[in-house]
Amino acid sequence: MHHPGVSYEGKSVSRAARDPLWSRVFLIAGALVFLGVLLVLPLATVFVEALRKGLGAALETFANPDARYAIWLTLLVAGISVPLNLVFGLAASWAVTKHDFRGKSLLLTLIDLPFSVSPVISGLFLILVFGVNGWFGPMLNSLGLQIIFAVPGIVLATVFITFPFVARELIPAMESMGREEEQAAVILGASGWQILRRVTLPNVRWALLYGVLLCNARAMGEFGAVSVVSGHIRGETNTVPLHVEILYNEYNFVAAFAMASVLAILALLTLVAKTMLEWRIQRLQQQVVLERTRHRDPALVGPQP
Amino acid sequence: MSAAKNQKVLPGFGIALGYTVLYLSLIVLLPLSAAFVEAAKIGPSGFWEILMRPRVLAALKLSFGLSLAAALVNSVAGLLVAWVLTRYNFPGKKIIDAAIDLPFALPTAVAGISLTAVYAPRGWLGAPLAELGIKVAFAPLGIMIALMFVSLPFAVRTVQPVLENMDSELEEASATLGAGRWTTFRRVVLPVLMPSILTGFATSFARCVGEYGSVVFISGNMPMKTEIAPLFIVTQIEQYDLPGATAIAMIMLGVSFFFILFINLLQAWNSRRTGTTKA
Amino acid sequence: MSLAALNISKHFGKTTALDNVSLEVKSGQLVALLGPSGSGKTTLLRIMAGLDFPDADCGARLLFHGRDVMDLPARKRKVGMVFQHYALFRNMNVFDNVAFGMTVAKRSERPSKAEMAARVEELLAKVHLSGYEGRMPHQLSGGQRQRVALARAVALRPEILLLDEPFGALDAKVRKELRKWLRAFQEEEKLTTVFVTHDQEEALELADEVVVMNNARVEQSGSPQEVYDHPASPFVIEFMGNVNLLLRGRKKPGTQPTSLYVRPHDIEICQYVSGHTLEARVLHVFSAGSVGRVTLEYLETGEMLEAEVPRSEVDAMKLTAGQLVGLRFRHTRVFAKKDQQRQELVEVPYQHPGDAPQAEPAS
Repeated sequence: MHHPGVSYEGKSVSRAARDPLWSRVFLIAGALVFLGVLLVLPLATVFVEALRKGLGAALETFANPDARYAIWLTLLVAGISVPLNLVFGLAASWAVTKHDFRGKSLLLTLIDLPFSVSPVISGLFLILVFGVNGWFGPMLNSLGLQIIFAVPGIVLATVFITFPFVARELIPAMESMGREEEQAAVILGASGWQILRRVTLPNVRWALLYGVLLCNARAMGEFGAVSVVSGHIRGETNTVPLHVEILYNEYNFVAAFAMASVLAILALLTLVAKTMLEWRIQRLQQQVVLERTRHRDPALVGPQP
Repeated sequence: MSAAKNQKVLPGFGIALGYTVLYLSLIVLLPLSAAFVEAAKIGPSGFWEILMRPRVLAALKLSFGLSLAAALVNSVAGLLVAWVLTRYNFPGKKIIDAAIDLPFALPTAVAGISLTAVYAPRGWLGAPLAELGIKVAFAPLGIMIALMFVSLPFAVRTVQPVLENMDSELEEASATLGAGRWTTFRRVVLPVLMPSILTGFATSFARCVGEYGSVVFISGNMPMKTEIAPLFIVTQIEQYDLPGATAIAMIMLGVSFFFILFINLLQAWNSRRTGTTKA
Repeated sequence: MSLAALNISKHFGKTTALDNVSLEVKSGQLVALLGPSGSGKTTLLRIMAGLDFPDADCGARLLFHGRDVMDLPARKRKVGMVFQHYALFRNMNVFDNVAFGMTVAKRSERPSKAEMAARVEELLAKVHLSGYEGRMPHQLSGGQRQRVALARAVALRPEILLLDEPFGALDAKVRKELRKWLRAFQEEEKLTTVFVTHDQEEALELADEVVVMNNARVEQSGSPQEVYDHPASPFVIEFMGNVNLLLRGRKKPGTQPTSLYVRPHDIEICQYVSGHTLEARVLHVFSAGSVGRVTLEYLETGEMLEAEVPRSEVDAMKLTAGQLVGLRFRHTRVFAKKDQQRQELVEVPYQHPGDAPQAEPAS
């Protein structure tokens, strides 16, 4: 295909569809200014504010035991919620994509549900179930178990908020793989576990990683839902985002932004990893397309016996 | 299906579905049903009474109004960004493209305090704006900017793939028929993009309505003026007024639900009309 | 191992995929399930493999050597299967693909590493792919993938081999070569084989027995020769290759309308019209090739016919457009409605003009 024109990202856009220079410059500048003000400026501010009194002052923040505890708690919460939702994502995507059953679309809708519930409202839901006067609160209390205003509540809130992340990435990936490879494996005598481990998972590993990455980013950064159920007890129920809030409300801006920088760096790392994964997945998809075209091209078919 | 035996070809269906449903029930359905049961206890008159409290009305109006405004602005800005990212080449494009997802990755609390620092009366942008007499932080405008920040990726990422996959022949055909670029954009490109713009608008709106973390710092939280509905719910919870909190939560969920339903119906109508599939 | 699928019915919602189909395959035979897409042939194959299940209430049975295996899950049926798009494990190289069945076997039945390697080597030699062990599926051509899939399917020494459109995705040249090769391979391994195809040429050339399917039913089964020479229904005739259709007796009241089928190569063209021939006019002559293809107009009804005659005859008779010629049909099939009410078609004898009446078939 030879269009007279300029190639953008491998696609050729003909002169007819090309905009005049002034409008291109104007639009690009407009978009860049908008993104600069809305996205880049706040991000830069985090680091600038953290370093306002020097690196030493910023680093002092992390000497504080409450700050250290908050970091530990955040890691703990993510360490519990992400694997839980990973296992769920695997089970749900296996059931949904490799089998036919009634009520599948209802199930898919329910899986996506937490996305459309405000974090604050999901925190409220948990209080209604596990709070002092909630459905199970009194019973659990009498057993000496406290959920709300304690770590289990924080974990539950985080699990609820990050519930769909892994499943959401895995389901389309497994769906696009089809079922034939699994069927071939089952005819060769493989068990369910063998199929999952040796045939299915290797083909969706990047999507899985992608889902885990997003799940983890959200788990570590969740604020609204956790804020409602945590009770803000320093050194006990404060995650990093909650600790940021407390420091900020105490006008301890350097410390607040220093803590925030940790989360911002985490976000940047997530973005880098995510972008790399996206490129990787895109390449894999292109490879598949390439294979399919080659597959049909007799000129490229190799020597035959 | 008349296969009554319900046999499954691939193994592991029972355990996978069983676990899925159990986990879903425990984590999502149980809390959700608790909310419905508790809401039912309040009763219609109770709901009405709570809804008619001036502070509640103000909070809901503020939340929905600003969410609508933010989603609208983002629909236009998101289209601009998506257009620039798919149509033009410029240095740093890939980085900018990746940065669009920053609001997904950056914890909302961090976004909240940094936006406040930028737009506070003595902040980088807040100071010059204050001199012009525009108050951003601790005013509705600040809330709107925070909402725009958190929902921008939705607006861009729904439109971008459609724009990428759009057949350039459409525009070429229009150009050969003598249409100018602006006419082509308005009459040819925009109708193709409309479903995805609507989807982006709806998801942005839904996200904005529920947003808490980034807004709570910049809003100033003055009742009747800059108190958003999620914040009001938190206040109710802290005052142990769970029925009040539940009522407002259910109203918010209901409005969001109907809004999304409305957008979906609009989409269905549009795709029936044009014979195109939903984005 | 013999194979029998009996009384198989299958519905997908309101569509009928299989309507009480029965099929028997003798041990070591190669059977082709032939039919257009949507005729149910692939569903039948998948039911044999355990990848689909018949309706619960149809009394379906699936016998492998007399043993009912319908309730066995796919992984325990021990059949080999080659999928239409091969379904090679894309994350494994050729060696791992072929060895997969052995590696997932129970520990007690699992061959040693050395045995596995030897078996894979042997199989790859058989499919002419020695030295390709380390290649990934995407590095192979279509024909190579097909043979890897075959090697993988027979690695566990199944006695039944099922192939779903095995050559469907290959180009014509590779297809013909692989066909011969598959036949030799199947005979050598003495595999009871069922393969699905929509290509009648493939079925006729390859199979011991052809089962023609249409609309969820078996139209006819028999040896390739039987099916080709004695098609049991108009569908089979039309499906088995180019054929001319002449409708007779539609306009004459009192006569039973019939459909006369004659294949292009069964039409003999005579230079002169006589009492023993039908009269036709030549419309077109295409003689670029070993066979001359002649388009004719049958003058009595105005219907068009296509005939295939050797080039030598075309040249000898100097056939040109507009010329009047006589036709004789060497071999025809005529079908008529059984009676006024029923749609079912039965075969009726055909008498060529000027010939002695044919003996009525004993019925």
